Amino acid sequence: MKYLISLFLGMVVGAAALAALLYFNPFTAQNSLSPLSVTDNELISLNYSAVAADALIFTNDGESQVAPYPAKVLQLWEPPIRKTVAMATVLADSRNQAVGIGIKFSSDSESTNILNGKALVDSVWHIYLPGRGSLFVEQSENYWSYLREIVVPAHWSSGDNWRGIWNGNITSGPGALGTARVVGGSGEFSGLNTEGVESFAAKAYSVEQGPVAISANLAIEIPRLELATTPDP
Amino acid sequence: MFRTFIVGILLGLAAAGAVLYYFPVVNQSRENSLIVVHPNQGNTESFHINVPMDRIMIGASAQPNPLPAGLEWPADEQFADTRAELFKIRNAKDAVVGVASRVAASHAESGDIVEWVLHLPARGSVFLNMQTEPSEAGYRIGELRRGTREFSVLQGHVTERWVADTSGFEDAPAGRIELITALVSAEFDDEGVNDE
Repeated sequence: MKYLISLFLGMVVGAAALAALLYFNPFTAQNSLSPLSVTDNELISLNYSAVAADALIFTNDGESQVAPYPAKVLQLWEPPIRKTVAMATVLADSRNQAVGIGIKFSSDSESTNILNGKALVDSVWHIYLPGRGSLFVEQSENYWSYLREIVVPAHWSSGDNWRGIWNGNITSGPGALGTARVVGGSGEFSGLNTEGVESFAAKAYSVEQGPVAISANLAIEIPRLELATTPDP
Repeated sequence: MFRTFIVGILLGLAAAGAVLYYFPVVNQSRENSLIVVHPNQGNTESFHINVPMDRIMIGASAQPNPLPAGLEWPADEQFADTRAELFKIRNAKDAVVGVASRVAASHAESGDIVEWVLHLPARGSVFLNMQTEPSEAGYRIGELRRGTREFSVLQGHVTERWVADTSGFEDAPAGRIELITALVSAEFDDEGVNDE
């Protein structure tokens, strides 16, 4: 009997050791430097608040930690969309002036792999900037660092919250450098194929309400027009 | 006994690792894809939105009854000619399979647009550019601009039309928005010949 108890305790310690190894694994740390920070091209910077109550609407299955907003919005309770979040928000430029409307659909990704530090979400943005045109953004987001450095410490905190400063990119693909794919739909963006990166700047998080003070930024690279050169006659 | 404890640790490590490796953390619920193959070689997939039941949001200026109640659409003048809507979308068997956004806008500089994004969590998303004016038959035809995951290798067209309900049932929807996609692999040209 004592051998059985010893074996069981060993297994519990082994499982806990693996959990600790995954949690503290330094190789899964997320780079907070945007791959677009070294570009020479123009960047469109679109800012929004990642707090549900700051959005025009925010909806999910109605049973998740973050409550839908406004309260009477239709909830996504049907099984195929139960792991999906839909949000519509006003997008602002770097001077905090409203420049467009953004609609974001996010679904838990089946490519999520805890062993590799990948807590993935597949998301798309449908963006309309009046006077400029429309954009479609496809990305895979990795929330592993966000979970590890904000959500878990908030649960460990006696006050059930987290306060601090955390900046990080959440875009992890599908671009090779961890960038999102962006295509233009209309206006000056018509025919555009480029890249983007979404990042969070978090200041406060509550176990009860979810994000309390988190601003987000979507940076989209606009390639310069390559002028055709002709040989000197 | 200490040796048994060490063996237990190794077993625990291996078992926890195997569970995390073999059991998916996320498993999206799926409905069958209902793609119809036509005798003329084309294939289509039909989606629809029951109105008003599947409407999540109508974002537009000066609405007397905003949807959802409590929606505060920006009063900024630049959004005056923008209408953004969110819906649940259903397959041909009337099962909800995803969510969708439709943006219709008019602007002197960027022009008129009607666009859809359909997001099917288990399959991927599509970005559709529609003609701004419907055809005489009442259809609006559009083009797949970009697809993700399952739709990333596809190209083709989509039609949008409003179908009013004629059943007369008390709890029937007012009608439905019907979206029919005709998508084929981008590796094949219009004659069905592989480009490569």
